[in-house]
Amino acid sequence: MATRQTRILAHAATAPSTLVLFLWMIVPLAMTIYFSLLRYSLLDPGNESFIGLVNYEYFLSDPAFFAALFNTLKLVGGVLLISVVGGILLALLLDQPCWGRGIVRLMVIAPFFVMPTVSALIWKNLLMHPVQGLFAWIANLLGLQPIDWFAQAPLTAITLIVAWQWLPFATLILLTAIQSLDEEQKEAAEMDGTPPLSFFFYIVLPHLARPITVVILIETIFLLNVFAEILVTTGGGPGNLTTNIPFLVYAQALLQFDVGGASAGGIIAVILANIVAIFLVRMIGRNLEA
Amino acid sequence: MGRIHLKGVRKAFGDVIVIPSIDLDIADGEFVVFVGPSGCGKSTLLRLIAGLEDVTSGRVDIDGVDMTNVPPAKRGLSMVFQSYALYPHMSVRSNIAFGLKMAGESPEIIKQKVEKAAATLNLSSYLDRKPRQLSGGQRQRVAIGRAIVREPKAFLFDEPLSNLDAALRVQMRLEITQLHQQLATTMIYVTHDQVEAMTMADKIVVLNAGNIEQVGAPLELYNTPANLFVAGFIGSPKMNLLNGAIAAKFGAGTIGIRPEHIATARDRGEWQGVVRVAEHLGSDTFLHVDAETIGRITARAPGELALAAGDKVGLTPRPDRIHRFDSDGRAMRA
Ligand SMILES: Nc1ncnc2c1ncn2[C@@H]1O[C@H](COP(=O)(O)OP(=O)(O)OP(=O)(O)O)[C@@H](O)[C@H]1O
Ligand SMILES: [Mg+2]
Repeated sequence: MATRQTRILAHAATAPSTLVLFLWMIVPLAMTIYFSLLRYSLLDPGNESFIGLVNYEYFLSDPAFFAALFNTLKLVGGVLLISVVGGILLALLLDQPCWGRGIVRLMVIAPFFVMPTVSALIWKNLLMHPVQGLFAWIANLLGLQPIDWFAQAPLTAITLIVAWQWLPFATLILLTAIQSLDEEQKEAAEMDGTPPLSFFFYIVLPHLARPITVVILIETIFLLNVFAEILVTTGGGPGNLTTNIPFLVYAQALLQFDVGGASAGGIIAVILANIVAIFLVRMIGRNLEA
Repeated sequence: MGRIHLKGVRKAFGDVIVIPSIDLDIADGEFVVFVGPSGCGKSTLLRLIAGLEDVTSGRVDIDGVDMTNVPPAKRGLSMVFQSYALYPHMSVRSNIAFGLKMAGESPEIIKQKVEKAAATLNLSSYLDRKPRQLSGGQRQRVAIGRAIVREPKAFLFDEPLSNLDAALRVQMRLEITQLHQQLATTMIYVTHDQVEAMTMADKIVVLNAGNIEQVGAPLELYNTPANLFVAGFIGSPKMNLLNGAIAAKFGAGTIGIRPEHIATARDRGEWQGVVRVAEHLGSDTFLHVDAETIGRITARAPGELALAAGDKVGLTPRPDRIHRFDSDGRAMRA
């Protein structure tokens, strides 16, 4: 937008869509804020009353809230770690010229297209099931005690499922980034006699800094909202070992019928997501500049 | 030392034969320029020497040692790429130091060598910048710096100046020539710019479709081109090549005469013609003349000669400067 004229024109042209987007966002948000200030139970409809910040006090002082907060962070962190590290390794592998690379690539992308509920069910019943699951079968084959994933390590199990879904996304983005590495730069490194590991750490990894940032930012936004996988597998349990914030809000609203409390939880989740977003953008968004 | 010897080097990509068979000797300390039209295989030949491509058959010897199957880093050569290929996230210092670091040199020696190279190339005040904070010419110098710290047996340049503007190109050309005099290391330089070739080379290798057309000192190629291709390629503006009756008069299939070897006069001349285009460069004027019976001729006239399009002009070729070629395009020596 070079001149004042074009700037004004641009604003005028985008104003209607900006307005629609603004309404789109503000109406539900305003309603949620409104509900969060009411005593509003589905068991007692028609008797809503204004109670100020009591719902917030209640939600924040619930020990389940902090458990859910930490579960959320553990889940996000775990999935990010697996999908980024795994994504880099897979991308490096897929970048190697080999026979049938096209098909392998397609297969690697596939999990991304599987619905969360479906993949969670498959993992729960076909892979991680302590009796008839594939992992149990392998463990038996090796003479080991099968792990009862959802009883012994429920959060790890969910982390694995979600990571499996997000691995293709990370792989795809990192693969395109690796392929965009300048051919002459690779050859320069070859002339310099760079061994493979140094090549990775000095040339490839810095080149990937930006796409890794993008992957982390995008995945974080979605991972803060993981819900279906928990609902289908553990239902937040055992206890609240796998309850994250979205699941806690759900439990509040539809298991305890407390719309006011759930709304307060929703607002808190929005605030937390924003804090994380600001934190992330501050910390790694620098990579996106220049 | 940096003696390079190619023996029957052949390169095919799949079914496409890019270089049929090349034999070439490059002496230690020589500045050799590979020149030829686009797609003739200059880069491929350079990359074969560097080891970035495998030869299909033949041998590459460096200092008498067979290097055909030795990886690039072990050949003791440095390459300067057309796109510079600097590592974008590293400072100039780290870029220059990288090869030494990979070779396992000690930090003190690296520092010393990097600073020496930077001083040679006037880069000392930019050492802590990133490549993107440098101008094209400075990047080019960093790329050269990266090559010289490794103290290679030979430097390989692939069109290193083609991304620079005309003025900078002339300057860098001089700098590279001076660097060569200073280091006295073998340099192999690829270009399609014949002015670069003429001004820099000790020895020019003219390539065409993967074959060597002629090897020789710049003036040798200029004065005695071995064939029509070299005659047409070396020299600017191009040599006039005439065939038909006029060539038959000299007992040749084709004759060639350079624009600068044709005397021009307003009225008299061996050939008469009409000026179609006159390019006034100040020092010289290039006349594109339609000469009766022989066709379009380019002639170089002194800048003062005030001729314009449409004027009549007389052209007289210098008889001792007429090149004769047989019907296969090979030069005929008297
Ligand atoms: N990897 C490759 N696979 C197939 N053909 C190739 C490959 N690399 C080069 N060629 C072909 O080899 C020929 C020579 O290419 P090369 O890059 O050596 O030309 P060049 O003389 O350097 O040209 P330019 O002046 O345009 O850089 C070209 O016809 C090109 O199409
Ligand atoms: Mg080339």
